[in-house]
Amino acid sequence: MYAYDEIDRTLVNERVSEFRDQVKRRLSGELTEDEFKILRLQNGVYLQLHAYMFRVAIPYGTLASNQLRALAHVARKYDRGYGHFTTRQNIQFNWIKLAELPDALADLAEVGIHAMQTSGNNMRNVTSDQWAGVAPGEIEDPRIWSELIRQHTTLHPEFSFLPRKFKIAITASDHDRAAIKIHDIGLRLIKNEKGETGFEVLVGGGLGRTPFIGKTIKHFVHGRDILSYIEAILRVYNQYGRRDNIYKARIKILVHELGIEKFSREVEEEWQHIRNSSLQIDDEVVEDIRSRFAYPSYEKLPHMPDELRQAAADSDFEAWRKNSVAPHKVQGYSIVTISLKPIGAPPGDATAEQMDALADLADRYSFGEIRVGHEQNLALPHVAKRDLPALWKALDKLGLATPNVNLITDIIACPGLDYCSLANARSIPIAQELTRRFANHELANLIGRLHINISGCINACGHHHVGHIGILGVEKNGEEVYQITIGGRADESAALGNLIGPGVKFDEVADVVEDIVEAYLALRERPEELFMDTVKRLGVEPFKERVYATR
Amino acid sequence: MTSPLEQKKIKIAGPSVVTANRTWDGIVVYRTAAKSWSADLSEAAIVRNSDEAKTLLAESVADDVGAIGPYIAPVQVGADGKIEPGNLREQIRRTGVTIGQPVQV
Repeated sequence: MYAYDEIDRTLVNERVSEFRDQVKRRLSGELTEDEFKILRLQNGVYLQLHAYMFRVAIPYGTLASNQLRALAHVARKYDRGYGHFTTRQNIQFNWIKLAELPDALADLAEVGIHAMQTSGNNMRNVTSDQWAGVAPGEIEDPRIWSELIRQHTTLHPEFSFLPRKFKIAITASDHDRAAIKIHDIGLRLIKNEKGETGFEVLVGGGLGRTPFIGKTIKHFVHGRDILSYIEAILRVYNQYGRRDNIYKARIKILVHELGIEKFSREVEEEWQHIRNSSLQIDDEVVEDIRSRFAYPSYEKLPHMPDELRQAAADSDFEAWRKNSVAPHKVQGYSIVTISLKPIGAPPGDATAEQMDALADLADRYSFGEIRVGHEQNLALPHVAKRDLPALWKALDKLGLATPNVNLITDIIACPGLDYCSLANARSIPIAQELTRRFANHELANLIGRLHINISGCINACGHHHVGHIGILGVEKNGEEVYQITIGGRADESAALGNLIGPGVKFDEVADVVEDIVEAYLALRERPEELFMDTVKRLGVEPFKERVYATR
Repeated sequence: MTSPLEQKKIKIAGPSVVTANRTWDGIVVYRTAAKSWSADLSEAAIVRNSDEAKTLLAESVADDVGAIGPYIAPVQVGADGKIEPGNLREQIRRTGVTIGQPVQV
């Protein structure tokens, strides 16, 4: 966990006071909605279909148990008893009253949580690998650098009025769990031949109306130069990014229109002006941040404790363990992913009771720490293997032990037309129906790794472009219609999916997905050939044929 | 959501209302003939041509403290005068999400 210093605490508290005053002036009529809108957006407050929506940042996806309890408290006291974890390590509350928002923010500030820059045309929450600091083989903890960037960019005046929102993600593992290639800037932490820490820098990734996979702009930027290099990118974007057309305002469009070579020349030129400035990071600064991350005092534990050996006889436990438990960098410990995708439930939702109970379990079994992943699941990052059976039983009682992580029912979905004012079609009911169709665990296991992503409009909050099966809801002649893509992926081999054909109606979507899956099972050469391997080998055609043969 | 400014150019195709979200708590409201806001669609003022719609929208936009984001939305008016939302979006705004919520209200 990262411990905020006095500067951080003062900043967060001052922000609450400032927003309280702004809300008061808005409610009295002193501020018009036009004047107030930018202020509320800078504090994560949107207006959705039914109410205001409040988005709270969980920087690099790390939460302490007392912070999770504070989120539960907000859900219970100010909302309707639940929250929704998003694809960018935020949590959203859907039913907040504007008049009560300052109190909710004040309650969160007590545990160092805020909503600054969770919306608006500024630098958004810096996201990272939810297994940061515990993943075997990781180069180093990417959260140290995420925190450095967070500190530098929070309320930075030059980045507060960008042409459009701006998102950074960082990974330090070979397997990218942070989806860096679909971010405005993606950072892959690497070492150079001298063993020095630095980054491969990617730029111009993003989904939405015009999706692009990020391109490498520089193969190695030394850690001490990363702030100046990011600043150079932002300056070029700030200068040339389009402000006349919201649909062309993201950096991905600028990179595409200029071309990566010209864009990188512009950045390089800007960088030479500032790289040897105060933006160069001293080792002491990095070490100071590192020192504020508290790491657990791990015990020396056996690789295979008796408790785990005995529990292996329980097939339900084994199904969960094989699916949800991952190796930890420290012997005797595991990383446990907690599926927020129970069969028939909205993906990513957690009730206040579940959050409170999870906070207790984190205290008991994970050194008081919880992680939030972009796949809309949670994780306990430091669980002793001997505790896995007891943890599983406790999670099962909470409805949080569905063994479907990375399987077909581990669906990423945006809130869609049930909540969102931008949406054209519903996402959640589609996800619910799909989880019911593939509820059988043996079937889901037989299918193997398969990610379905659903968005209720072209803004692509459900990342449908990079779903192995992507589902995009649109509106056509007053009806919900869904376009299906296959072959997308969000990892280190990120790719955009290909459309398989004309859109289908709401009631047909689950049937179409079943057809695609049946085609895959028939076409794969062996059980180990994953869906994506089959798509890569055969392309879209056989799936298209199967889906549209009878439609 | 279409902005009120853009909607000024829109010709309505049938009976419509002006809807918005109440400023202090964000709930869905409808403009009434009494120049107020109501959470009950049956109390909404019905407009049937562009001029009426523009007038009602302008009046609604002016009441910035009462509600935000006003826009014209289609409705269906039955023979008995009962008003129903004119599309799925407005149906969801009126009756709530189409899914079970994790915690029943």
